Parts: sequence; structure tokens; C-alpha cells
Amino acid sequence: MTTILWRILAGTGSQFRSMWLIFLHTFHLRSTVQYPEETVYVPPRYRGRIVLTRDPDGQERCVACNLCAVSCPVGCISLQKTEDADGRWYPEFFRINFSRCIFCGMCEEACPTMAIQLTPDFEMADYNRQSLVYEKEHLLIAGVGKYPDYNFYRLSGVSITGKSKGTALNETLPVDVRGLLP
Amino acid sequence: MNELSFSDILTIGIAMLKAVVILLATIVGAGLLTWLERRVLGIWQNRYGPNRVGPFGILQFGADMLKLFFKEDWTPPFADVLTFWLAPVIGMSALLIAIAIVPITPNWMIASLDIDILLFLAMGGLSVYAILFAGWSSNSKYALLGGLRSAAQTVSYEVFMGISLMGIVMLAGSFNMYTIVEAQKNGWYIIPQFFGFIVFLFGGIAVAHRSPFDLPEAEQELAAGFHTEYAGMKWAMFFVGEYVGVTLVSGLMTALFFGGWHEPALVGVDLWPEFIPVYPFIWFALKTFIFILLFILVRAALPRPRYDQIMDAGWKFLLPLSLINMLVTAAIILQQSSTGGV
Repeated sequence: MTTILWRILAGTGSQFRSMWLIFLHTFHLRSTVQYPEETVYVPPRYRGRIVLTRDPDGQERCVACNLCAVSCPVGCISLQKTEDADGRWYPEFFRINFSRCIFCGMCEEACPTMAIQLTPDFEMADYNRQSLVYEKEHLLIAGVGKYPDYNFYRLSGVSITGKSKGTALNETLPVDVRGLLP
Repeated sequence: MNELSFSDILTIGIAMLKAVVILLATIVGAGLLTWLERRVLGIWQNRYGPNRVGPFGILQFGADMLKLFFKEDWTPPFADVLTFWLAPVIGMSALLIAIAIVPITPNWMIASLDIDILLFLAMGGLSVYAILFAGWSSNSKYALLGGLRSAAQTVSYEVFMGISLMGIVMLAGSFNMYTIVEAQKNGWYIIPQFFGFIVFLFGGIAVAHRSPFDLPEAEQELAAGFHTEYAGMKWAMFFVGEYVGVTLVSGLMTALFFGGWHEPALVGVDLWPEFIPVYPFIWFALKTFIFILLFILVRAALPRPRYDQIMDAGWKFLLPLSLINMLVTAAIILQQSSTGGV
């Protein structure tokens, strides 16, 4: 009998205690961020809007290798390779359909020339689905993005006008296969 | 046969106008409660709730209403059409009819019957049919499970809720709400009828189908329970019915246990200074509002029990408690009247 009474009392008491504790939340701090008025802190590595960067010379970094398009799990990147008079490869068009993009960052990981990068900008909502398809002129920015000093054509062995084989940074001249010296 | 004089017609007209005003105020209040509940729940969950539309977000209920009006009024092809349409009508109108007995001020009540409390119990019993009909006619398993739970819950709470009010009826000597409120002029019934109030609180929450007794709805388990298949205005009628129920039960708790329109005079001591006039409506509204907040606080704080646990508590704890309360009240009244020299 006493156990039953005690259980009834303890049960009732615990209900009132939890109601009181919830009531005290009236005086707690709100954890909501009132978004359009207050800005949200976005960390520097946040994966938001995708950009195409340029190397320190101001040339396009993208060499149209298609690795980003291959690595994209939703297949939202499409591009076409072409070549300019200097021998540099670049995309003829570069198109990202942001209505499909899931901002996973795989393209950034796959990119061998650090051209494609994700930025901490997420405010790209639109009423028109078609205007979420970004072309190259929308993606290409003027700056170098996260890697200020990286310059693919100055580090790799590809020859372009003004830089023949063996003249890149830290690169030795090609071995003369007809020479007899070791 | 007497002829109706002009003053008779005027009296009838004013009474009808009052009824319409109370009805509209209840429905608009139910609409506002949807906003209030979301705001207050938000406050108790450390967020803001809807605060964008209008000042403090108060126009949110207008926006919601517009949305519901323009939604497609969809009846599923597998539903039993007549009962499917009847259910929301019962759900809203039964509790709205019961609003008629709530005494707001001495001059503002729709009906003052000799069977006020019985009418409330009857309408509370009738409103369950809305849920049963909705659950059955929807022809879907979630709705059916909701209706089933509602039936199980109904048989457990209606008995003790009726008995819990009998103590008050004995003390006031009447089923009439006006008489009951007037009898509390010098002391609210919460003191002599404390256990009656506890039992009625449980029963009232169950009548309004509010959390933690919202088993028929149980969003986490049953999609939306009995109104899973409803949309648009038919769904809105269920929703308004729920908030009318909250208002009704809060108003009844005020009138039955907390002295209705009387100023606080808990233990017979006059707390209210003489020179300040008493505004009956303000007292009634304030007390009712506090009970509505209590409903929301209960929803914010307490988890939902299983329905066998509810029946367990109803039959094994609340029913004996209400019976003991009734018998002890009767014994005390009997003893007092016999010593009073009858």
C-alpha cells in the first residue's frame, strides 16, 4: 500500500517537476538565429557555391580534364575541352546545374589543377529553375581562390608558348635519349 | 397566446446577437490559439515560433487560414463519403454547442439551462464520434488505429469525468452553471473539491484530445492518426474543434473550480479592495487564459503514455479517486446539514 502511494506521489511529483523545468525555459536564451537580419557564421571551408579560379598570371586554371564531371555523383557538371594558340587547354564551355548539385565537394577533391573550388556562399536561391544552370562566365572569378601561389603550367612539364619542356619550376631538362653519358 | 411586443423582440434579438458574438469570438479565438500555441511552444523550446507575419507574427493565423481555404478539398476514392464528410462537422459543432453553457459574465452567456453540466458531458461524448467516424470512414490503417485508440480512451475517461463534477453539483445544489459560479462568491471550489479538480483536469485534457492524451492523433506513430486522410477545410474543422475544446475546457475549469467571473477570494478573505470595480469579463478571460497556457505547457513538457497506461490510470486510479471524492463530499454535506438542525 505504501509503495503504491509512494509511486503515485513520486510519479505525480516528477510530472510537475518536468512541467516546471520546461516553464523555466521562458527565461532562457533563444537559440534561433534570425537569419535575414542576423548573418550566420559560415566556416571558411564551408562547401557552398562552386567557382572556377585563375592562376596568379590571371589565366584560367581549368585544363578541361573532365575529372570533376566524372567524379560528380549527380552528374551536374558538363564541359568541352578546347586548346588555344599557346597550347594551353581550356574548357570551351563549362556548365554546372546547381539545381542538381549536392555540394559534396568531390569535384574540388578530384581537380588536379585546383581550378574548381567551393566557397562559403549559400545564398543562391532562385524562383526560376533554369537560372540555376551556371555557365562559365558565371563560374569564373578573377582571383586565385584558396591557393594563391599555385600555377599549374609553371609546375608541370607541359610545354606551352614561352615555356618549353624542362623550364618549369624544379624541373630538370629532359634526358637526351641519344646521349651515351649516364 | 400572447403577442410578441416590441421589447420582447428586442430582448430576443439582443440575446441572439450575443450568441453570435460569443460563437464568432470562440472561432476567431481558436484561430488565434493556433498561433499562440506555436509561439508559446517555441518559447518553451528556446526558439521564437512564427514571428514574421504581422506584429509578433499574429497574422500567421490569417495566412494559414488563406492557405487552408485554397487547398483542394480532397476526398479519397476509397473513403466512405457520407461519414467522411460528417465527421469534421460533428467534431467542430459538438464542442461549439457546448460553448453555449460557459458563463462568461453574469450577463453574457448563451444558454442557462438546468442541465448545463449534463449538456457538456453529452456534447463531450458526442464529439468522440467525430474521431470514430473519421477513423473508420477514411479506410486507412493509420486513421483506423487512431479511431480505435480514441474509442478505448473514451470508455476510460468519460466515466470518471462525469463523477468528478458531482461533488460540485452537490455543493452548489444545482447543475446550472450560473448557480455554481454564484455559489463560489466567497470561496472557490478548488479548495473543497481539489481532487475533483485533479480528476477533471485529466478528463478535460482527454476530451479536448490534447497531448499527452492525443493518442488518436499521435503524430510520431500514426502519421496524423484519425485525420490522416483529411485536407483543406475539413481538416481545418478538426483543428478548430480541437482548439474550441481547449477553450471550452479552460472556461469550464474557470467556472467550476476557480470562481468564474469573481475576483480572487480563495479562502473567503476579500483580497480585492472595495474601491476598485470588479470587471467580470477580465477575471474570466484571465483565468481561462492561464488554463489555456497550462494546456500548452502540458503539451510542451509531458510525453505521451501508451493507451493501456491511460486506461490503467483511468480505471485504477482516477475512477476510485473521483468516487471517494464524491462519497466524502456527500458525507460532509450530510453531516453539516444534520448538525445544522434540519
